[in-house]
Amino acid sequence: MNFTLRVWRQDGPETAGRFEEYPARNIPDEASFLEMLDLVNEDLIGKGIEPVEFDHDCREGICGTCSLTIDGVPHGPGRGTTCQLYMRSFREGEVIVIEPFRATPFPILRDLTVDRGAFDTIIQSGGFISERSGSAPDANAVPIPKTIADLAMDAASCIGCGACAAACPNSSAMLFVGAKVSHLGLLPQGKPEKNRRALSMVRSMDEAGFGNCSNYYACEAVCPASIPASFIASLNRQYAVAAAKETVGATL
Amino acid sequence: MAGHAPSSSAAAGFPVLRWFFSSLGKKTVVAVTGLVLVGFVTGHLLGNLTFFFGPDAMNTYAMKLQALGPLLWVVRIGLLVAVGLHIVFTMLLWKENQAATPQKYAVKAPMKTTIFARTMRLTGLIVLAFVAFHLAHFTLWLVNPAFAGYQTLLNGHEVHDVYRMVVVGFQNPFVSGFYILSLALVAFHLSHGVASLFQTLGLTNQTLRPKFEFLARIFAWTLFVGYSAIPVSILFYG
Repeated sequence: MNFTLRVWRQDGPETAGRFEEYPARNIPDEASFLEMLDLVNEDLIGKGIEPVEFDHDCREGICGTCSLTIDGVPHGPGRGTTCQLYMRSFREGEVIVIEPFRATPFPILRDLTVDRGAFDTIIQSGGFISERSGSAPDANAVPIPKTIADLAMDAASCIGCGACAAACPNSSAMLFVGAKVSHLGLLPQGKPEKNRRALSMVRSMDEAGFGNCSNYYACEAVCPASIPASFIASLNRQYAVAAAKETVGATL
Repeated sequence: MAGHAPSSSAAAGFPVLRWFFSSLGKKTVVAVTGLVLVGFVTGHLLGNLTFFFGPDAMNTYAMKLQALGPLLWVVRIGLLVAVGLHIVFTMLLWKENQAATPQKYAVKAPMKTTIFARTMRLTGLIVLAFVAFHLAHFTLWLVNPAFAGYQTLLNGHEVHDVYRMVVVGFQNPFVSGFYILSLALVAFHLSHGVASLFQTLGLTNQTLRPKFEFLARIFAWTLFVGYSAIPVSILFYG
């Protein structure tokens, strides 16, 4: 298959970026989007042009490293990560516009790579439990209702790729934070620190400079892990309870 | 810092302010004040519908409302505060959102967002302008000073003829047109806003959210039909 790529090129964090057009020739339809970029990069190297820099790691849809906003949609058309997107999803001869994830807290490092360290900072502020893990307990030692376990698992499937914030017209990270706060807060091991976690993760998110949710739900439309925006409602609820408790001095 | 609990450092100054001025706190303020205003537009519509029960019904309703005296002022000031907070906190949120999105994508993809959600600020501000005109028109009688002289007898007492004021006011097709247009924008605003406030107050889950969204639209457009029925009936049936 053949395509025309309009790719965002930017030499560094401080320099201005621009779009460049590159042809993508003889691409197998079973190539993933990242493999297509590999082929185009080889072509560019052959021509003495700097290859396009982009993030990738596992290439099997579980690590959350690949990013890219393809034709205005983070991770491109369909549900899933960019590495799980195949060129057969595009039409022959199509012009494909590739941009980095755009949000102030995700500064562009070079071309299509952005620094998503802001998510790590948020996790460090409370995305953990302070329990000694020890050896694995018996599965039936801590009874957890199936519905709760399923809900926690839905939230835990977040791979922290940042597509939610990249898709959000306000660059809000509330789906990410909602998923992280919920997946720990729903389970007995995470409950003791529930309030402190909600408070510190929301504060860390605010400090990082993310925008505020306007309930547009673009996040859940692009989330490769299909995390529903109801976790944002859950975050709102948990934070309000925690902040109210803190206001009267009752936070544990 | 493994094994160290997430810190809950004592909030500097007033914890309540720290809450209300956090991202989620600001959203909560917008949702709660929005809920107050939804209560107002609902009550206002129920009062307006006395129009269809004739001049005496509407003038009695208006007279009883005025008779509340100081309580009416409590409600008025409360509503003014709600409107003010709703706008100021929305603008604070908007300012942060602008700062968080320095460069828009070259290709715009709507990704699930509705027209109602995307036009919230625009519909809100036009409705604000409408409310200012509406108050000048029917409450302060600035637009048509003759309204001040409309008197009628109700059970032997001289009262302000609100019914006649409404009829004369809406006989002007421009006034009626602007009114109906503004109410359509209110319905736009509430189609997103009412569903949104349940989400922001954390009262939804995956099953409830589509139901709230559906009911919010029914509610918003029912308000529109109810409010618009008055100018439409005046324009078409005198």
